[in-house]
Amino acid sequence: MSRLRDALERGEFVITGEIAPPRGADVSAMRKTMGLVGPLCHALNITDNQGASLHMSSLGACLVALEMGFEPIFQQTCRDRNRLALQSDLMAAWALGIENLLVVTGDDARSGDHPQAKGVFDIDSTHLLQIASGMNEGQDMQGRPLAGKTGFYLGAAMFPEAEPWDAQLARTVGKIEAGARFFQTQAVFDLDKLARAVDAVHAHGAKVIAGVLFLRSPRVIDFVNAHLAGLMVPEHVARRIRQAADPLEAAIDLAVEQVAAIREVADGVHVMPLGLDARVPEVLERAGVVPQR
Amino acid sequence: MIITRQREWQRVLDDLASVGARSVFVVGCGECATAAHTGGEPEVAEARERLSAAGFAVTGSTVPEVTCHAGGVKLEARKHAATIDAADAIVVLACGAGTQTVADAVAKPVFPGLESAFLGTVVRHGVFEERCQMCGECVLDATGGICPVTTCPKGLLNGPCGGMWDGMCDVVRDRPCVHVQIRERLAQQGRDVARTLPPKDHSKKLKPAKLSVRASGPSGSAR
Ligand code: SF4
Ligand code: SF4
Repeated sequence: MSRLRDALERGEFVITGEIAPPRGADVSAMRKTMGLVGPLCHALNITDNQGASLHMSSLGACLVALEMGFEPIFQQTCRDRNRLALQSDLMAAWALGIENLLVVTGDDARSGDHPQAKGVFDIDSTHLLQIASGMNEGQDMQGRPLAGKTGFYLGAAMFPEAEPWDAQLARTVGKIEAGARFFQTQAVFDLDKLARAVDAVHAHGAKVIAGVLFLRSPRVIDFVNAHLAGLMVPEHVARRIRQAADPLEAAIDLAVEQVAAIREVADGVHVMPLGLDARVPEVLERAGVVPQR
Repeated sequence: MIITRQREWQRVLDDLASVGARSVFVVGCGECATAAHTGGEPEVAEARERLSAAGFAVTGSTVPEVTCHAGGVKLEARKHAATIDAADAIVVLACGAGTQTVADAVAKPVFPGLESAFLGTVVRHGVFEERCQMCGECVLDATGGICPVTTCPKGLLNGPCGGMWDGMCDVVRDRPCVHVQIRERLAQQGRDVARTLPPKDHSKKLKPAKLSVRASGPSGSAR
């Protein structure tokens, strides 16, 4: 059984990390990152052509994680594949030992490094959850039986700070109805809004793992604001990093505070160190989050 | 209507050069391309001038009532048989369907003078917005008359996506998220807003579609 599912269902505070597959065939740097972050986490999200930019497939990189003894969360975006390709990758993933699935719509191709690409978006993330739920029951999306069912622990993305909230909430509830058992969020800065989201999701029996970014420099903040979908670093946070004598240390302090705050509200924390992988153990420790595996 | 825009002029000249054309006949369109200011009388006149300036002999021109109507275009071609015959090639200032209709009607190389951009609405004079992809399975009944297939840049039926911020779109950032707009309009009308639409049946849009509504023939099917 998925360690992530097990921990969340037992009410343990979980830690997930984010791993971007390499842009190329050399997995050595990714292995190094996995080696640093993996032992601290219940599971590692393996992104799927994140930011609509070319990377090794999530499926391939998930296998590297498995090989190293870490539990992957297989990400699938609806941008790059039609319903046939998505279903066949899901079957392969389960057969190869991948137990967690996170489905996302995906960034628009024109925001990535192949802006001329045709976005597929044959189905949306709610549909993909419905399909994966069906595959867990042993049938394809046409309702036809499969030779062997999957058993994915299904997750999706949600955005606690999104306004109008009713639109975001309706969409989130739709995803829970479609089979999502856990949600991961973009970095959250407003803890009241996070609490609002966690309450709403808990009311439907699902879990929330809240995101933290290590905003190590003003340049990173500008990048995040310009390029990361559904995310805007609030001015008071940006100012704190920008005006710090040592922005990097200020970012680490901020991350510690955020993890500690999330610890009080959500079911887990999703750590996005943006290159500061080596600082993850320290942040978790200072925030009082003891990785248990 | 079909919104067209002027094709890169050099490409038209290169096309003509590729068949060694010295003389050209120009066809416009009295419907969409006239409304889009790309293939009406003034634009046909302008194209004639540009062609002359580029050294071509312009043998004649016409603006059929509707250039995507096979029968009408055939009649028009017959009317202009002499000047069409005198031309080495035809340039059509109409949508792709119009250009093909002309190509079916004349035994000459036919080149598009416009790009077919989209099926849109005239928002105000000279301003056009894409509103429909002709998906073959309309969802406007469920979406308050706002098409998510077309006006959501990702074509999502169920939104908003994770990039929506403060009600604005993730991709076209100066525009509201259409899924927020859909919810607002439905709410204003007191209609159910919580519906998750099923995946689209893309088989309804298999190419090429064909439809016959003739009483005599077998009943038509738009696939
Ligand atoms: S749902 Fe399909 S047919 Fe209806 S407006 Fe949109 S694209 Fe056109
Ligand atoms: S923000 Fe709304 S309109 Fe824009 S891509 Fe996302 S769902 Fe579509």
